[in-house]
Amino acid sequence: MSRGRLGGGLVAALLLLATPALASEPTALRAAELKDMVIQDCGSCHGMTMKGGLGLPLTRDRLAEIPAEALSAAILDGRPGTPMPPWRGMLNEAEADWIARYLKGETDVR
Amino acid sequence: MSARWTAILAAGLLAACSSAPRPTGDLGVIVERADGRLIVVESTTNTQLGRVSGLGDLSHASVVFSRDERFAYVFGRDGGLTKVDLLERRIAKRVVQSGNSIGGAISQDGRLVAVANYEPGGVKVFDADSLDLVADIPAVGADGERSKVVGLEDSTDNVFAFSLYDSGEIWVADLKDPKAPKLTKHTGIGKQPYDALISLDGRTYLAGLFGEDGIAMLDLWNPGQGVRRVLDHYGRGQEPLPVYKMPHLEGWAAVGNHAFLPAVGRHEVLVVDMDTWKEAGRIPVAGQPVFAMLRPDGRQLWVNFALPDNGKVQVFDVPTRKLLKTLEPGKAVLHMEFTPRGERVWMSARDSDKVVVYDTATLEKVAEMPATKPSGIFFTARAHRIGL
Repeated sequence: MSRGRLGGGLVAALLLLATPALASEPTALRAAELKDMVIQDCGSCHGMTMKGGLGLPLTRDRLAEIPAEALSAAILDGRPGTPMPPWRGMLNEAEADWIARYLKGETDVR
Repeated sequence: MSARWTAILAAGLLAACSSAPRPTGDLGVIVERADGRLIVVESTTNTQLGRVSGLGDLSHASVVFSRDERFAYVFGRDGGLTKVDLLERRIAKRVVQSGNSIGGAISQDGRLVAVANYEPGGVKVFDADSLDLVADIPAVGADGERSKVVGLEDSTDNVFAFSLYDSGEIWVADLKDPKAPKLTKHTGIGKQPYDALISLDGRTYLAGLFGEDGIAMLDLWNPGQGVRRVLDHYGRGQEPLPVYKMPHLEGWAAVGNHAFLPAVGRHEVLVVDMDTWKEAGRIPVAGQPVFAMLRPDGRQLWVNFALPDNGKVQVFDVPTRKLLKTLEPGKAVLHMEFTPRGERVWMSARDSDKVVVYDTATLEKVAEMPATKPSGIFFTARAHRIGL
């Protein structure tokens, strides 16, 4: 496998240590952009209704058991061995965290 | 002429217009992905004729056409297969045939429509007229697990070829007798085939691999030779860039003996010599290519890109491989479709909520029209080409 990266668990652990308050909560304007990105760009693989595709389903039911921090880590660093790319470089940690909470239904934006 | 006669004549003309046969050779559809809707368009004077809604989740929708170019078969993400009447602009038939699908194909004789499914993984084949199920082919790989199916393409003689994403296989389904499909399975073709294309003669099936650098090639005229690996290790061991959008292989970008393929995770289009199946060069491009498409005459190569370069489209002169122009047609350019003879190209700019039309000789914009989050654009001329 030529596309190997750091193990997800290690990355998640590092991220848990690094996450607190590095960047501030996205503004309402940025949140709207992020929501659009989730539906349109994430939706290309995960489905616009998040029921999955080449990527896993990201419905609230499916994500209920997964902590927001782990989701945020997967967003920022990708999932090795799958087409899920690392979005670090496109998103900062607060933004990834916002998306994780949005997917879990824990933000104000619906 | 009296006013009365003028009025009668005008009324007669109107009646004649409304009942005049509407040809379909210049028709097409634009997918409005977020709204489960199609815009029916015509490409002679670049106008929208109407909309058809109720098609479900079209986040990765693709379309094939009936051989009379009247009906569009729309493959939706949610497993919906919808037959749309372009003339009456309504849904003629619709079935939800799986939980999750990715695309499809129509047989050479136009009688069978096949759908590639992710969930449950496999291919289902339908009667093109009634959308009744004709054949069900579960994609259980050599590992015993059900696999997602990608890259479903039609060849000649009612043969379909497709790839199993999870188990890394290429299957060929001969549906000359639709009730008894004959399957030939090629296993171990490489990691994670993600999409495929077939040559316009229906002979060569190429599956792009995501899990490793290379392309899996099957000669359908000589299937006994098995799957060959071409462009092996084109990345030369370099770490690829994050792939924010999978490249698409649909459409055959080949002219003379050269084919043009988007590289995965690199800012390059790969050129392959189809006689030797060796690399014949690389074209550096502005970002990670998604579509690398030739104008129908093969003289120009048009390339669009994944994030963060998805506002650009680059046009290359094929004989010299030189960049002619970098266009900025709008935000998030998802798809390009040439008119049948290629004098114009239509491009969807998703985040600008518009479709733009460029003249391919001047490389200037000649028209634009509003569309809500447009993605794929498909013209009926595809009906008469193998593999589209």
